[in-house]
Amino acid sequence: MAEQLLEVNDLCVNYKVYEGLLRVLNGVSLSVGSKEKVGIIGESGCGKTTTMKAVMRILATNAVVPSGTIAYKSNDLLKLGRQELMRLHRTSMSMIFQDPTAALNPVFKVGEQLKDIVRYSEFTSNAPTKQEVKTKAVELLKSAALPEPERILDSYPFQLSGGMRQRVCIAMSLASAKDLLIADEPGTSLDVTIEDQIMRLLKQIVEDRGLSVILISHSIGAVKGFVTKLYVMYAGTMVEEAPTDELFSNPVHPYTQNLLKAVPKLTGGGVPEGIAGRIPSYLTIGDGCRFASRCRSAKESCHVHAPPAFDIGNGHRVACFHYGDI
Amino acid sequence: MSAEEIMIVKGLKKYFKTTRGIVKAVDDVSFSVMKNETFGLVGESGSGKSTVGHVVMGIYGPTAGSITFMGNDISMGVGRRAKELKKRLQIVFQDPASSLNPRRTIGQILELPLRVHRLAPEGKYRERVLEIMDLIELPREFAERYPGEQGGGEKQAVAIGRALATGPTFIVLDEPTSALDVSIQAKIINMLMKFQKEFDLSYLFITHNLSLMRNVAQRVGIMYLGKIVELAGTPEFFSNPLHPYTKMLLSAVPVITPEEEKLKPEKVTSTGEISGALNVPPGCSFHPRCPFVMDVCSKVVPAQIEYKKGHYVACHLYNQA
Repeated sequence: MAEQLLEVNDLCVNYKVYEGLLRVLNGVSLSVGSKEKVGIIGESGCGKTTTMKAVMRILATNAVVPSGTIAYKSNDLLKLGRQELMRLHRTSMSMIFQDPTAALNPVFKVGEQLKDIVRYSEFTSNAPTKQEVKTKAVELLKSAALPEPERILDSYPFQLSGGMRQRVCIAMSLASAKDLLIADEPGTSLDVTIEDQIMRLLKQIVEDRGLSVILISHSIGAVKGFVTKLYVMYAGTMVEEAPTDELFSNPVHPYTQNLLKAVPKLTGGGVPEGIAGRIPSYLTIGDGCRFASRCRSAKESCHVHAPPAFDIGNGHRVACFHYGDI
Repeated sequence: MSAEEIMIVKGLKKYFKTTRGIVKAVDDVSFSVMKNETFGLVGESGSGKSTVGHVVMGIYGPTAGSITFMGNDISMGVGRRAKELKKRLQIVFQDPASSLNPRRTIGQILELPLRVHRLAPEGKYRERVLEIMDLIELPREFAERYPGEQGGGEKQAVAIGRALATGPTFIVLDEPTSALDVSIQAKIINMLMKFQKEFDLSYLFITHNLSLMRNVAQRVGIMYLGKIVELAGTPEFFSNPLHPYTKMLLSAVPVITPEEEKLKPEKVTSTGEISGALNVPPGCSFHPRCPFVMDVCSKVVPAQIEYKKGHYVACHLYNQA
C-alpha cells in the first residue's frame, strides 16, 4: 500500500446546541495516500463538510470530538498545538469552499487578500519585498488559468463572475497546499459549463503538482471522472468505500445503490424512484444503523446495532449487515 | 399541429431599464406548449429562462410580443388578469424555503389559495386542505407545523400542493428540484409526473439540468442570452444536437454510466463564460465562445430555421444551404 498522508480513524464529532447534543459524525474512517485522489459523496447534511472541517481543525466552537484520531504525516492533528497547526495550514494543506462569494471578503480587493496569503505561506522566514509577493500572486492567478491577472488583483470580488471567483479561491489554496488539497463542492454553485472548466482545471493542477486531493460533492457524475477512490457517507457514517470503477459497477450498500439509481440519466428511461424519508435527526439518533429507517431491507437487528465495515476484497468495504443478500 | 396548443408565446421580449442601460433579458422568444405536454426550457444562469416563466405568469408584463393561453390573449401583467385565469395558471419556485411564508403553518399556506378563489364552502376548507396533504403524501398532522421545521423535499411538496390547490391546467416549474438532493429530486419529479397524468396538466419546466430534462420533457428549448438557440423534440434533441452551444452543454454534463458517455456528441470543450445581458455581443451572442465561429457570426444575428421537421436552430452553420 502506498504511503498514507492522512488517516482518519473512528472519528466522532458532536455539536452542543441548546436542545442537547447533536451526534453528527459517528466512527468515520478514511485514508488518503500520497498523490491519491479521493472523493466523498453523500446528500446534504450527512457530515461531508464536518469531516473535512475536523481534518482542517476549523470546526465551530460548539463542536466536541469525543473520540477518534486524525493522523497527518506523522502528526496527530487533534493533539497539535496552535503554532504547529498554523504551520501545517501555511505550508501543507488547504481547502476550497463551495461558495466562492462567501469565501472572499467583499470589502478587500482580490490582490490584498491573495497577497496576504502569499506572504503568510510562501515566505515564512525572511521578509519579502512587495514585488516578490506580487510576482508570486500573479503566478498563482496564472496557474488558475485567469486571464489578465494584474487587473484581477485590482478588482473587488463582486466585479468578477462566479467562475472567476472560484478560480481566485483555487489560486489562494495553491499558495499553501503543498501536499493536500480539500475541495468542498468546488463546482456546485456554478453553471454546468463553468463547473466543467473548473473541474478540468483542478484535475490538471492536482496532477501537475502531485497533490493529494479530497473532493467532496453531491454531484456523483462530477466526482466520477476525477477520483480513484470513493467514500459514500450517510448521516455521519461511512457506509461504503471502494475504488471508483468498482463502486459504480458493483455498489453494495443499499444507500449507494439507491443513490446511484436516483440520478437521472442522459440516456432517458424515466426518472427512477428516490429514497423515501430523510436523514434522521442527529439529536435523537439511536445506536443502530443510521440508514435503517429508510432501508427497504432493514431487519430488526439493524435498528439495534450499528454495522461495522466489512472488507469484501479489492479495497471494497461496506457497513451493512445484509450486504450479501441485497 | 395535431395536438392542441395550450400556450403560444410569440416574439416575446422583456427588457429591463437599469441605470447602466437596457437589459434585454428575453429577446424575441417564440414557442408553444401542447396540452398535457412538458416543455423544457434549459439554459445557464442569466440566459433569461426564469424571466420567460415570470412573464408567462404575469409577474411582469412583456415589453413586446404576445402570450396566448387556451385561445385568449394574456399578454398583460398579473394585475389586469382575470381571477379565473390566475386559477388556471400556477407556478412552483426554485427555493421552497423562501417561497413559503415561515410564519404560517403548512395548513394555512395550503388554505390561502382555496379562500382567495372560494373553492370550498365555508367550514369545509380544512377538509380540502387535508385532502391536498394526502395528495402530496404528507402526514395530516403536518398541517399544524411550520415549513421551517421540514426538509427541502417536504417544503417543495407543500409548494406543489399550493399550486395544485386551485385546480390549474398549466404550471410553470421554475427549477423545482435544483435546491434538492438527487434522492429527493427523484421523488418530487415522480410526484409531478403523476399529477400531470392525473389532472391533465401542462408544464413549462425550467431547469439547467439536461439529464433531468431528458427524462421529463417531450420537447426542449435551449436559451442563451435571451434567445432560444435550438428547439426540438427530446429524442431528436439528444441524438442529433445541432447548435454548438447545445453540444458544449451536453459535453459538460457529468454522467455516471458508459452508455451515457456514448450518447454525448463530439466533445466541444467549454470555454469562456456567458456575457452579461447588459453588453450582449453583436451578431450571434454565442460567437465569442463558439469553436466554429465564422466572420458572419459577429455581424449578423442568425435567423431561426427549421432544420428538420420540428427541429429549429438559430446558427449560421446551418444557414448556408
